[in-house]
Amino acid sequence: MMKGVKGGLLAAVSLALAGCAATGTEAKSASDKPAATATADRPVRFDKNPYPSTYKPYPSRLTVVKNVTIFDGEGGRIDHGSIVLSSGKVLSLGGPDMDLPTDADVYDGTGKYLTPGVIDIHSHLGDYPSPSVEGLSDGNEATGPVTAEVWAEHSVWPQDPGFTRALVNGGITTLEILPGSANLMGGRSVVLKNVPARTVQGMKFPGAPYGLKMACGENPKRVYGSKGRMPSTRMGNMAVDRQTWAKAVAYKKKLDEGKAVDRDLAMETLAGVLSGEILIQNHCYRADEMAQVIDMSHEFGYKVSAFHHAVEAYKIADLLKKEDICAAMWADWWGFKMEAYDSVPENIALVYKEGACTIVHSDDANQIQRLNQEAAKALAAGRRMGMQISDEQAWTWLGINPAKAIGLADKIGSLKPGKMADVVLWNGNPFSVYTRPEKVWIDGALMFDANDPKRRPVTDFELGQPGEGDVK
Amino acid sequence: MIRTLLLSAAALIALPATAQDIAITNAKLVIGDGSAPIEGGTVVVRGGKVVAAGRGVAVPAGIESVDAEGRYVTPGIVAAFSRVGLVEVDSVTGSNDRSANRSRFSAGLDIAPALNPMGSPVAVNRAAGVTRAIVAPGSSSNLFAGQGAVVDLADDMDMVTRPRALQFVAFGEDGSAKAGGSRAATFLLFREQLLAARSYARNPATLAEWGNDAMIQRADAEALVRVINGTTPLFVRVDRAADILNVLKLKGEFPALKLVLVGATEGWLVARAIAAAKVPAIVSPLSDLPDSFERLGATQSNAGRLEAAGVDVSVGVFDDDDAHKMGYTTQYAGNLVGLTKLPGASGLTWDQAFAAITSAPARAIGMEGSIGSLKPGRVGDVVIWDHDPLELGSRPVQIWIDGKRQSLTTRQDRLRDRYLTPEEGALPKAYER
Repeated sequence: MMKGVKGGLLAAVSLALAGCAATGTEAKSASDKPAATATADRPVRFDKNPYPSTYKPYPSRLTVVKNVTIFDGEGGRIDHGSIVLSSGKVLSLGGPDMDLPTDADVYDGTGKYLTPGVIDIHSHLGDYPSPSVEGLSDGNEATGPVTAEVWAEHSVWPQDPGFTRALVNGGITTLEILPGSANLMGGRSVVLKNVPARTVQGMKFPGAPYGLKMACGENPKRVYGSKGRMPSTRMGNMAVDRQTWAKAVAYKKKLDEGKAVDRDLAMETLAGVLSGEILIQNHCYRADEMAQVIDMSHEFGYKVSAFHHAVEAYKIADLLKKEDICAAMWADWWGFKMEAYDSVPENIALVYKEGACTIVHSDDANQIQRLNQEAAKALAAGRRMGMQISDEQAWTWLGINPAKAIGLADKIGSLKPGKMADVVLWNGNPFSVYTRPEKVWIDGALMFDANDPKRRPVTDFELGQPGEGDVK
Repeated sequence: MIRTLLLSAAALIALPATAQDIAITNAKLVIGDGSAPIEGGTVVVRGGKVVAAGRGVAVPAGIESVDAEGRYVTPGIVAAFSRVGLVEVDSVTGSNDRSANRSRFSAGLDIAPALNPMGSPVAVNRAAGVTRAIVAPGSSSNLFAGQGAVVDLADDMDMVTRPRALQFVAFGEDGSAKAGGSRAATFLLFREQLLAARSYARNPATLAEWGNDAMIQRADAEALVRVINGTTPLFVRVDRAADILNVLKLKGEFPALKLVLVGATEGWLVARAIAAAKVPAIVSPLSDLPDSFERLGATQSNAGRLEAAGVDVSVGVFDDDDAHKMGYTTQYAGNLVGLTKLPGASGLTWDQAFAAITSAPARAIGMEGSIGSLKPGRVGDVVIWDHDPLELGSRPVQIWIDGKRQSLTTRQDRLRDRYLTPEEGALPKAYER
């Protein structure tokens, strides 16, 4: 895992003498300063975090919400509960008998619900922002099937109004921005705090691991097959993936042995996957293809963190459970392409029933505004077939499970003392269609209040336009 | 009187559907016209039509009676703007008849023969409570997309309720791209094609005289004549406030046009003008992103503000998956009810919201006398729901279309049942059915 201290992010990487002049500055010493030239006895280090987070939590106040129904995000529920937020963290939570500070901002939660901030593990906000115009379309580097070298954060437009809609309508506090699925290896993801900033660095989740977006199935073979190049088939998809992994394994071996290598941004990412620092987020629909990918991960020694879309996860839920791989799914998308034809509304519930890690995701600038409703539909489908799933259990699909799949289960995804105070107060049960967020805190700071127009963000793009500051 | 329990009745669904005379009693009865639900209501369907609905309605002797056990009983949902029946799998072009992109015809196209009542989207949407749909052809390479239909989603081969029920045209950015790259070209092309059709109507020989210079072909001209004289409603996709006003002005030159706005994303900015023109609007109500420069003013409060201004508003699902996910109609309507609790937002009451997905779309297409409510004389499209139909995950427990009890089983149900336990049993999954 990456650590928050910059010195700890520097890895020794040997670079070949050839070509090194173009890659960076001269190493002055064997200290931890980034450098790019090397000799066999003096390995070169590079900065693993050259675009560091500058996110700082906004000022927070000692805050209490009392007499509220709490879903804690790990399957727990407290009726008539209270929570204390202090210095940006969850300080404590408990039942009606809990001792509460007397000098706090106190909100009465009667008839309301409180949950951890919603996490969307699959978003393209900022990379495919609104307005959806060519000049802002930066989500797929569809010029080659393997672009592990690109980083989604270098495409994110922080002024995308979609971020603000996701906050105020969906209670989204953390989201993973992924490159698109045109490519087999689409590039690195970035995890963001949903707090508006001038720069993407200002939104980056401090200390979050990177992910690598991979894709199987129809998209890569269609995009490249139509260009008359490999891959044009599923076997082509696998062949290009395997050849790339084989190269990455050899690259990592050289790194591990301290041998000289050229800097190779794609290989650095793949080596990070092989060493477990970078998490695989794998777009994959069909059950049989997910099984192929699992074997490929064994062949080359990496782990898939989550299959995304996973429309046929219900057919191999036992395998996902055995391999400890999460499935991030829609409630009911289907029929838009062949690999989405066998979708069933019970997919999410069936994966949950098998005991596999279950996640509801959006992949969509509209549905990210109501992931709670998507989870509610999946929950209802499960109950219709006789499954006993409580509301608070279902909230794990939006809480601790996506947090785990992006490597942040120790910081977010549930309301536990010491965790970040990312919290949504809903004006009713969040599994009801009639419910909306009333307040959203991020790191304890009140970032949205439905009752206060001054706590409603307006992006640069919408300033001075029709409907500026509207409820939206 | 034959008493049938709700659950045992559900077991009969595999039988071939025939029109039944049926009374549904003990209902939380929703008429669909904007009135409040009636507790303890009864609806009686005979010969495929509603004959009575309300409190204190007597159950005629000798007809089957279903006890709704206090559940919601409503007219079937009317999908206000959809492509149900035109698409099986979007990316499989042979199964996708949404748009006739390479046709030499435009307004004359008629989607009726493209509809597939046996397609799985028909069954999936029906199982979500959608019994009728207004189906429009997708925008194609020509300005006019062609003629849509009103359909039913029954489990039979006769899908078309009213053929050539609408003509569809897109203005705004989409229309501009087709007409030559500017809204100026869209309005001119629209006008010239309508004028050519009018000339053709007065003297069909003119078309032959024009020869290769004709703006229009015979089939297209005939369809547009019906638009000009108001026989066929003209559904116009339009979003920018200024574009909406310009579309309303078309009635100045073509006064018989029966306009219906589709989209109307910035309609709230010109709501009074729309109301004054008495033009209904079908909105996709949760579209709240400025995803193009013609939708900068997008807000979920659009529907509520239009309704408050006196516009006849229908709720559709078309900036999403317009072929497969008509089940979102109730969810979208429910969200509008939720907005009424949100400070500063405008929404719809539950009664208004339910009317916006039943009687309002029926009225928009001029069929309020035959579909979209449980008033006497309307088709016997009746749904018994497991709970509040606008709430998430609520599902029909029984459906009748034209008085015929419908199957609620879908291909998705079969897949689910096969994989309730994912591991193979004594034989491969292929043997489990």
